[in-house]
Amino acid sequence: MSLVIQKGTSLRVDAMQRLKKNRAAVVGLYCLGVIVLACVILPFTPILTDPNALSLADQNLPPNAKNWFGTDNLGRDIFSRVFFGGRISIAVAVLTTIVAATIGVTYGAISGYSSNKVDAGMMRVVDVLYGMPFLVVVILLGRVLDKWTTKWSESVVFLLTSENASSETINQVRTSVEPLVTMVPLFIAIGALSWLTISRIVRAQVLSVKKLEFVEAARSLGLSHWTILFRHILPNCIGPIIVYTTLTIPGIMLFEAVLSFLGLGLKPPNSSWGVLIKEGADLMLTNPWLLFFPSLFFSLTLLSLNFLGDGLRDALDPKSSKD
Amino acid sequence: MIRKLVYRIVQGFIVMIVLFTITFFLCRALPGGPYVSEKALPPHIKELMMERDGYNKPVHIQYYLRLKNLLQGDTGLSSRLSGRPVSDVIAQAFPVSVHLGVISMLLALAVGLPAGVISAWKKNTGVDFTVMAFAMVGLCLPSFVIGPILAEWLGREWRLFPAMGWSASDPITWILPMTTLGMVYAAYLARLTRTGMLEVLSQDFVRTARAKGVTTQRILIKHCLRGGLIPSAAYIGPAFAGIISGSLVIESVFQVPGLGRHFVKAIETNDVNVIMGIVLLYGGLVVLGNIASDFLILWLNPRARSQS
Repeated sequence: MSLVIQKGTSLRVDAMQRLKKNRAAVVGLYCLGVIVLACVILPFTPILTDPNALSLADQNLPPNAKNWFGTDNLGRDIFSRVFFGGRISIAVAVLTTIVAATIGVTYGAISGYSSNKVDAGMMRVVDVLYGMPFLVVVILLGRVLDKWTTKWSESVVFLLTSENASSETINQVRTSVEPLVTMVPLFIAIGALSWLTISRIVRAQVLSVKKLEFVEAARSLGLSHWTILFRHILPNCIGPIIVYTTLTIPGIMLFEAVLSFLGLGLKPPNSSWGVLIKEGADLMLTNPWLLFFPSLFFSLTLLSLNFLGDGLRDALDPKSSKD
Repeated sequence: MIRKLVYRIVQGFIVMIVLFTITFFLCRALPGGPYVSEKALPPHIKELMMERDGYNKPVHIQYYLRLKNLLQGDTGLSSRLSGRPVSDVIAQAFPVSVHLGVISMLLALAVGLPAGVISAWKKNTGVDFTVMAFAMVGLCLPSFVIGPILAEWLGREWRLFPAMGWSASDPITWILPMTTLGMVYAAYLARLTRTGMLEVLSQDFVRTARAKGVTTQRILIKHCLRGGLIPSAAYIGPAFAGIISGSLVIESVFQVPGLGRHFVKAIETNDVNVIMGIVLLYGGLVVLGNIASDFLILWLNPRARSQS
């Protein structure tokens, strides 16, 4: 009789193996990596020209050797606009998702860990928020928060510049800070309402984990609730958290693009992919490349994120078999 | 089960009150106040208008008055559309949005459900992968990309359908907006139906039926469809509310005179009464959609009926 000793594998190793087998997810991962790296690195290199530089000589050029993706009706280079825009789209989506995931995980974890009554109360709040017409409330909220942006960007500029800085430096700082600050209302508004799904999922997970023996052991060691919840229970819920965070990003990207498309999101000269698509759609009759390139990158990113999210779900789901 | 329904209805009321409160305070905080216009109003006229609309009263009185008026069916006047009653604006534009929403949803159901069923039946075959790939692309190509492209190709190049405009009596003008709006929902429904059907198809009673020699079509339609549709049923109600309130983009692409455009305009011009009216209307739709979904699930799922 031979004894077969199987070496145990951790969830991470296991999940990686399963993820690698999922071709769509792997392709998605690489595709996403390339786009994100390009959007992050390219703006710092001389390959990209100033995305807002106007040039009367180069108006409405189709893709050519100098302007790879063509130019728009103001002679701006689409190639650099696509990557600068992508940087903003990705930044908004990631920051918003961080806001949403932080709120959602904390809220869901506390709800799941608390007594039945507190839990029920907290979940009723989520139920009520789920019943809100999301799009219109976010639009309204974003518009209200908008009025503080000038004040915020002034204070950021004030913090960043020394007292006796020349007005030139202050202006320089202002032009680099302002676009970032004007995005803030958008991601507060979207983030404040998109944590609901994550909180429900985390709660369900915490509910099942908190009954396990190691939690009892931790409690008998006299650890505080806080430590038990955030050091012992939450790390065991990391799988679903990663999956649903990944799946939240494309939703938020789409949302930002919808708002920008309606003219309620980012303000010019900021250009996210949504803004570029809007500009392209307006001129699609004569300059189809204006719509084509931003849409291509936008859709590719969404597609990759969704495939990756689906793949992660299959890989990290504890129920899926070890094969 | 009745308990759950009662809970839903009570919850609906709470949602509406909370939504009213949130909207009320957000509207108060809108930059520029209620009377923004290109020409600055003379102060005495502004004061008179404040007096007329009750904006000079304390906040809690305003809150009470507005709630009272709304409950009595008085939605107030639109400031942008020179004093037209909000109920009038809604009564004119809302049917268009509902019409567009209903036909888009029907299209989504007609495409999404069969696609999901076929995909589950032919699991892990070329057909399945093709359908799911299409569904994924449908999810990721946003309507504001598809819309202009369809309008351009089918509308202006090939002249098959009118590229924009809307006429309730002329079905040919429905086609492009309906396709664009319905596509995302069709894709989502296909994915949900596939998941639901796969879950049912893996159960023992299906194996028994197969062993008895029941034909595949019969298994799919008679034995599995009901159970397999439950995830989609839970989605349809809220989705229907979403399809009506989410047609903003479609309305702006195809120039459909629906409610979404009024909302965008109202937000831009601080038309508080219109904002209030539309937000509450959409909120009510979501509440109704959720209740409708519950009924649908009750009808589909006998187990949910017996749990009480």
